[in-house]
Amino acid sequence: MTAAAAPTSMAPTITLRAARSWGVPIALGVIGVISLWVFGLGTESGQSTTFAFARSTDFVTIPTLTVPSSATATALSVLALAIAAYAAWAVQTARRFPLWAAALYGVAVLGALLTWAGAGKTDTSIQVTGLLTGAVVLSVPLVFGSLAGVVCERSGVINIAIEGQLLAGAFTAAVVASALGSPYLGLLAAPIAGALTGAVLALFAVKYWVNQIVVGVVLNVLVVGITNFLFGTLLRENDNLNQSMPLPRLPIPGLSAIPVIGPTLFNHTILVYIMYATVAVLAVMLFRSRWGLRVRAVGEHPKAADTVGIKVNRTRVRNTILGGAIAGLGGAFYTVAAGLAFGQEMTSGAGYIALAAMILGRWRPTGALAAALLFGFANSLKDQLGIVGSDIPSQFLAMLPYLATILAVAGFVGHARPPAAEGIPYKK
Amino acid sequence: MSETTTEAAPKRDSRNLLREIAESSTLLIILAIVASLLISGVLILIADPEFREALKYFFDRPADAFQEAISALSAAYGAIWQGAVYNTDGDDFAEKIKPFMQTLTMATPLLFAGLGIGIGFRAGLFNIGAQGQIIIGATLGAMVGFMWHMPFPWHMILAVIGCMLGGALWGFIPGILKAKTGAHEVITTIMLNYIALNLVSWLLSLEAFQREGSDNPQSPVMDETAMYPTLFGGQFQLHLGFILALLAAVFAWWLMERSTLGFQFRAVGANPSAARTAGMKVSTITILVMVVAGAFSGLAGSAQILGTQPSLTIGIAGSIGFDAITVALLGASRPLGTVLAAILFGGLKAAGPALQVQAGLPVDIVLVIQSLIVLFIAAPPLVRFIFRLPSPRIVKEVAA
Repeated sequence: MTAAAAPTSMAPTITLRAARSWGVPIALGVIGVISLWVFGLGTESGQSTTFAFARSTDFVTIPTLTVPSSATATALSVLALAIAAYAAWAVQTARRFPLWAAALYGVAVLGALLTWAGAGKTDTSIQVTGLLTGAVVLSVPLVFGSLAGVVCERSGVINIAIEGQLLAGAFTAAVVASALGSPYLGLLAAPIAGALTGAVLALFAVKYWVNQIVVGVVLNVLVVGITNFLFGTLLRENDNLNQSMPLPRLPIPGLSAIPVIGPTLFNHTILVYIMYATVAVLAVMLFRSRWGLRVRAVGEHPKAADTVGIKVNRTRVRNTILGGAIAGLGGAFYTVAAGLAFGQEMTSGAGYIALAAMILGRWRPTGALAAALLFGFANSLKDQLGIVGSDIPSQFLAMLPYLATILAVAGFVGHARPPAAEGIPYKK
Repeated sequence: MSETTTEAAPKRDSRNLLREIAESSTLLIILAIVASLLISGVLILIADPEFREALKYFFDRPADAFQEAISALSAAYGAIWQGAVYNTDGDDFAEKIKPFMQTLTMATPLLFAGLGIGIGFRAGLFNIGAQGQIIIGATLGAMVGFMWHMPFPWHMILAVIGCMLGGALWGFIPGILKAKTGAHEVITTIMLNYIALNLVSWLLSLEAFQREGSDNPQSPVMDETAMYPTLFGGQFQLHLGFILALLAAVFAWWLMERSTLGFQFRAVGANPSAARTAGMKVSTITILVMVVAGAFSGLAGSAQILGTQPSLTIGIAGSIGFDAITVALLGASRPLGTVLAAILFGGLKAAGPALQVQAGLPVDIVLVIQSLIVLFIAAPPLVRFIFRLPSPRIVKEVAA
């Protein structure tokens, strides 16, 4: 395994058909045992948990579901352990561990957790719809940020500056929306700010061959400095430049009336629908179009790409700017989409989490979407458990995404391989 | 431009001397600082209401705009000078040099952490985790500082060791992950920063870490016996940590330039495959580099918790972990350069209050100046382009 410690070498690494990796079944098993121990056996018998699904505005109302806590949590944990055993069998017999099993596992463990957290609470119930809606909303900047990362890194430019691009987008969206009196104009301006940040990154990384991680880190500091400075001077003197300009919610007729799914997916601001479209377009374009093939060629083997006539550095500059624009659009979430005025450093590290989501998603738009949703869900779960009141310190829930990322890059759960030429300037 | 390329052997005449100066890295650093001040000056002007007012009738009376510009800029840069170097309004000598003492105090944690990050850079490791290492180091140091009680030198020494151990532990984790699994240290250290922050946030919610009679998440105050003593009495904040930081710089120089271990660090940084062929244990060295870098960052934590902020809070590390990256970059990862860079950025930090009071500007302009300096230093061709300097001869000859 130590051979992997030299990722900068250009030598093609030949990975043999992964020698049976026991990481996944072991991880699933350990979590299953913890779930059984803490959630299943840790709940006093005789208590019950209530799950609420419907909102008063729904077309069809689903009645609340009340279950005996201990029995349900135990049953769900046993189900999780059974799936872990199935995963072990799949590894043993060199079969694929199907996605539906992984999803079922997640639902089982989370169900056990929620049952345990809501046990014996007679006055509050677990708001399932609120939990899911929160997950989608909270993941919006992470999805845009991680897509920005995918677009840049697939072409071979490391984009640590996602954080700065999100912040620049949030700032510009708020100021433009306030100045021109329309949240939609703010939404239009946000990607321009992100693209400018991306252009600076491209200038230093592609033209001057500066270490891309250095530029990214420094750009983040620069954007924090500029936005904080302007916030403390221009915006403080002119209140009318930084107001709450919320984008209206646009429920999709028909679809938004479906219980649970409607409010979760189809009753949002336009930014969320743009997010769906961006993921879909990038997922197709990156792997099914000429553009995507060229971008990936530039990121994997720039010399070969150059040989067949692809302009390596031009592709990289364009992608870095495009990525910046996508992240900038995501930054609009914090101000116009959330209906808030700009606040200092309001992205609070989301760009770095987006970076993690991109890696967890293995540099694929759909994977990045899934990972970002996972992080958004963890945040929403933290909020929901805060409302219900649980014994788990919120700090540990907050740590989960970071721990998951470390486990992912350490290869405990599958192996993530970045584009081969990532971070290496192309010098003709 | 062409006549210089045809010149075969450079002669020691005046034109060559000028050329040498134009190509020197010292000049580049100075020009990078000038360019950063100029660009941040634009930002200061944008934020200045009187200047914007004067701009509105610029074509009628351009002199007004220039006057406003000069007064706004001189207020800002004057405040930086007065707040970081020499306070001309001070009553006595002590008051006058107080800003510089403050600069050195602010430079102390930057120097410690910058040295550690620099060692990482030279060993080919990009350690963004100084922030987390400072937090964990300060936490362990704080525990020694307010949970144990003992007489002065021993208490302080143990607290310092605690800080180093905490930082080293938080450096060890990405080190062993990198060595054993190849996990990229940039990602793992960023994640560990957040984990450290949440860990401390949780610790501060525990009974044992609660200060009596306080609802805020802050620990009890350190024992006086655990603190770094001040160097020149109570009127300056400057403490023993600064001397330690200078000694640490000397140690870092000895480690990297004179010791076998340092040679191995550099060899792994220069070419891991060659180092492995030469019989070095690359994975062990990777772990050691991160442990050493973490211990340095832990010492930066000691400069906070045992120096200027004697109580553990969420914000104990401030932004030192990230500022120190810029310090190490500006100092080219060399100990002497890091000392100078730490004092420069420490000065910018120390000037914050003066900027706010005298010039009415948010301290964040300092972040802008700082990051611009590093960007320019990192891209010498850009600085040469801005100031129309000739390119170094070697490049020209290759191009010609």
